[in-house]
Amino acid sequence: MAPISRGFHGRRRRDVDPARIPPGQYVVDDFPVLSAGPTPRTPLDQWSFAIAGTVGSQVSWTWEQFVALPSETFTVDIHCVTKWSKLGTRWTGVAIDTLLEGVQTEAQFVTAWSDGGYTTNLSLRDLTAGRAWVAYSFDGKPLEPEHGGPARLLVPHLYFWKSAKWVRGLTLTAGDQPGFWEAAGYHNHGDPWKEQRYWSD
Amino acid sequence: MTRAPIVWRELAVLEIVEESAHAKTIVLDKSGWPGHRAGQHVDVRLTAEDGYQAERSYSIASAPEACELALTVERIDDGEVSPYLADELRRGDRLELRGPIGGHFTWRVEDGGPLLLVAGGSGLVPLMAMLRHRAARAAMVDTRLLASSRSWDDLLYRDELTQMSADDDVTIELTLTRMRPAGWTGPDRRVDTDMLTMLGPRVSERPRIFVCGPTAFVETVADALVGIGHPPAAIHAERFGPT
Repeated sequence: MAPISRGFHGRRRRDVDPARIPPGQYVVDDFPVLSAGPTPRTPLDQWSFAIAGTVGSQVSWTWEQFVALPSETFTVDIHCVTKWSKLGTRWTGVAIDTLLEGVQTEAQFVTAWSDGGYTTNLSLRDLTAGRAWVAYSFDGKPLEPEHGGPARLLVPHLYFWKSAKWVRGLTLTAGDQPGFWEAAGYHNHGDPWKEQRYWSD
Repeated sequence: MTRAPIVWRELAVLEIVEESAHAKTIVLDKSGWPGHRAGQHVDVRLTAEDGYQAERSYSIASAPEACELALTVERIDDGEVSPYLADELRRGDRLELRGPIGGHFTWRVEDGGPLLLVAGGSGLVPLMAMLRHRAARAAMVDTRLLASSRSWDDLLYRDELTQMSADDDVTIELTLTRMRPAGWTGPDRRVDTDMLTMLGPRVSERPRIFVCGPTAFVETVADALVGIGHPPAAIHAERFGPT
């Protein structure tokens, strides 16, 4: 039981459904930016997306090929480990299920890697069954670089650091390998509904 | 690296120091605190009588070597937690927090230098922990700080920074973007490429760079540093606030 903070009443938002807010989160209307370094800017003619690692044969797409893949437009709530949640965000992108069609693998884990050197690890199960995408459009417009454009991973059921900005590929691995924040004290899985923020949660 | 579990602790408030019209430093009893590295932050949790809770993150301002743990909090007028911390919290209260958090935006003397620190507004707080750590260890690391503040009165830690600038190995440059005291001869514009180039260190000296401030500030400064030729991997950034 947490101690009462003398004189604290809080400012609950009446306009949001509490059932949509994971523990410790608060709802924002803007779109904060969190990243550990400068924003990389890769020209689209040098951009590609690759699926590699323990796969039968590596697959990759150029930007033109990627945006020609079957896409989905979807609306999801997102939750950042720094406590903000943003409800009803609308994205367009390619489902990971679509990217993995025809890929033969025994792997159970994935490292997503990005321009700028960022990595994050996920289980293949968290990326499939319609729960993850590579998104290139936010709110009907091309995704801005500071929010991860030209394309970012989107895994809305996990804390948002798992939704790697500037994503360029997925490396499928037999074992689970901690990524950038996972190696820096953050939780390996990052389920906001279980408040898995830090390694000891 | 061995780590202490990140668990909620109650720390006693020893003192509240007014740093500016908008910011206060909360000085806490460190008993039971596992220690931290300069640049790290904590999560603070407030609980109302009906059980409602609010959590936010605040940077640690004190050096790891300090006897007490200090957080500097800028009051966001329409915020939920910072007005409570700035206006309501008193000496003798207990504050619930956990940490330290963050393993990337940190600096230790052992990491070496030269060091380039660029602060926008209250983005100075985690960088101050690095400067205090450096001073506590009496380290002779070439250190440059560029701090952008709206006015002289808004600048955090004014007296301490003035003292630190007497160190031959510390260069502190200040730009005041809105209001300037009479006779001010320093820069009065937003941080730009010229200012960063003048301050150095040069790219060839391979400085470790830490930039903290509002999102737009960090975006501009980090882009300018990349433009000057600093490797992106040498630039550590911490952003706060809305876009």
